[in-house]
Amino acid sequence: MLLKDRAAFASPWDAEAAREIAVRHKDMEGPLLPILHAFVERFGHINNEAIVLVADVLNLTRADVQGVVSFYHDFRREPAGRHVIKVCRAEACQSMGSEALAARLERALGIAFGETTPDRQITLEEVFCLGNCALSPAVLIDGELHGRASESKILELVGVRS
Amino acid sequence: MTMRIFVPCDAAALSMGANAVAAAVANEIAARKLDAVLVRNGSRGLLWLEPLLEVETGHGRIGYGPVKPSDVKSIFDDGLAGKTHALNLGPVDEIPYLKNQQRLTFKRCGITDPLSLADYEAHDGLKGLRRALQMTPADIVKEVTDSGLRGRGGAGFPTGIKWKTVLGCEADQKYIVCNADEGDSGTFSDRMIMEGDPFALIEGMAIAGVAVGATKGYVYIRSEYPHAFAQMNRAIEIARKGGLLGTNVLGSNHAFDMEARLGAGAYICGEETSLLESLEGKRGQIRFKPPLPAIEGLFGKPTVVNNLVSLASVPFILAEGAAVYKDFGMGRSRGTMPIQLAGNIKQGGLIERAFGLTLRELIYDYGGGTYSGRPVRAVQVGGPLGAYWPESLFDVPLDYEAFAAKGGMVGHGGIVVFDDTVDLAKQARFAFHFCAIESCGKCTPCRIGSTRGAETIDKIIDGENVVQNIDLVRDLCETMRDGSLCALGGLTPMPVMSAMEHFPEDFDRVRERAAAE
Repeated sequence: MLLKDRAAFASPWDAEAAREIAVRHKDMEGPLLPILHAFVERFGHINNEAIVLVADVLNLTRADVQGVVSFYHDFRREPAGRHVIKVCRAEACQSMGSEALAARLERALGIAFGETTPDRQITLEEVFCLGNCALSPAVLIDGELHGRASESKILELVGVRS
Repeated sequence: MTMRIFVPCDAAALSMGANAVAAAVANEIAARKLDAVLVRNGSRGLLWLEPLLEVETGHGRIGYGPVKPSDVKSIFDDGLAGKTHALNLGPVDEIPYLKNQQRLTFKRCGITDPLSLADYEAHDGLKGLRRALQMTPADIVKEVTDSGLRGRGGAGFPTGIKWKTVLGCEADQKYIVCNADEGDSGTFSDRMIMEGDPFALIEGMAIAGVAVGATKGYVYIRSEYPHAFAQMNRAIEIARKGGLLGTNVLGSNHAFDMEARLGAGAYICGEETSLLESLEGKRGQIRFKPPLPAIEGLFGKPTVVNNLVSLASVPFILAEGAAVYKDFGMGRSRGTMPIQLAGNIKQGGLIERAFGLTLRELIYDYGGGTYSGRPVRAVQVGGPLGAYWPESLFDVPLDYEAFAAKGGMVGHGGIVVFDDTVDLAKQARFAFHFCAIESCGKCTPCRIGSTRGAETIDKIIDGENVVQNIDLVRDLCETMRDGSLCALGGLTPMPVMSAMEHFPEDFDRVRERAAAE
């Protein structure tokens, strides 16, 4: 259950497979978060059908499940782009210029944080601390951590010409 | 004898290209048909030297760093541990940054193969648990209490007292929960243990389980740490196979097993009651206290919730005795603290030392000043809820009470350094903004106050009624401090107020500019 975090790996929605995932986790203590993580891993995001299905398997209300999905940043409701760039904007990275880096990335990609490029290639997200604070600025690209990140290095990694 | 060559698997090392270096090392070993093996160790914590390649020799481990894949061939050409290579650092243990530390909790981190139980045992692993299994639960708890260990997550609550409460509860099920939701910017010690010495945590949790009569443990790991989560899962599997976890812990009649669980991107889940809600599969909203988690915790059962470093410190305490641990430190801050030097710093990394060190020693003697080469203007100690301090406070010793007396906190031991380009009004605004993003929404001072605070600081930055608005922020901070349910809303005033107190000039830029013109 490692976060691949890329649409390239996501499978299309499959209700049967989803039910199988939910049933497999059902008897764990506190199964909801592991199931939702497994859905994001498999399908790339959590759609409405997934919410209905999990509520049914775990005998919860849809509102309960919806409430949990909306509380956590990880449970995305829309598919992400092919590559996901998470830029750390917490204090240690701020001290090393992460705000300027964030602004340059927005300009270079033509999108704001939380958005995906129109060609569905890149999703840009902010994150608060990746635990790489002695090698700031830090970014996580498709689940891989990078230190001393620069605009050119990041764009090269996701295949965008700057 | 087979030569061992080390390239860390720690995420910080990976972030600087350690995997490519490891691949190059494997290639050279194969191409030269050397009797050598590549070990993926944890990090030594000398993070500016990552990837740090080490070669085991008759006279200690020789280091090279920071190594690029293209350097590997020349290191091998140099005869491995030859003294002429430009990246040769000499014996790693002699590097002053490392030599001048007191590594108790991190004694194995970076030295052993993190996934080898045999290596773990060869470096004093399992001694603490073996001793605990010979003791009564009350004696184990007493040992931890006597060591003076206080919660390393930030609150500094005596660990032994929590354990004693859980031990005293009657229940059909009790739990040990490790808080590895290390969300504070500037901290990475939990991550380093999970990636570099995961058995230390497993052993600490097993000891806690034996002590209080809990048979099940969870380590709640933030999802921003995918490498730590994967490593922890691997280590738990190995520990089960090795008899460290299961129905008979190390052949005893004590049962203890554990699981790693992934958070989902919510800072508030580092607050212990939110964490429990999240583990139960709910929104990470905080609970009212009382009841304390020690009495009604996970699924309503008595639960020990400890920070990862607290739990990972327990094996040493049980192995060497409370007195040895307590001998380190000052005042009521006993033992060692893994300090994390971060941000705009030349030599960032992990420094484990007894309490009592000053910020000046840490920032200049260890850290070598800023990365940018500009003067240090401010530090923030203790994460996003910690105080911003100017150089005039750099001689305060690192100690829970000494920091509190000056309006700061040690927190989880993270120090973020800023150079003179920092604008403290912007940092104060960020403190409110961060609180607004991460607030669980349960209490009004935090949920609404954070947003109103950010708006008011914006007005101050724009030069709008600066004096009145500063008063308003002070008033708001008092409300948040006294009226919030947990530390997020309650401590957000700390970075804000400290920034206004120590750096007032940053909050009056507009008037200053007008006066200059």
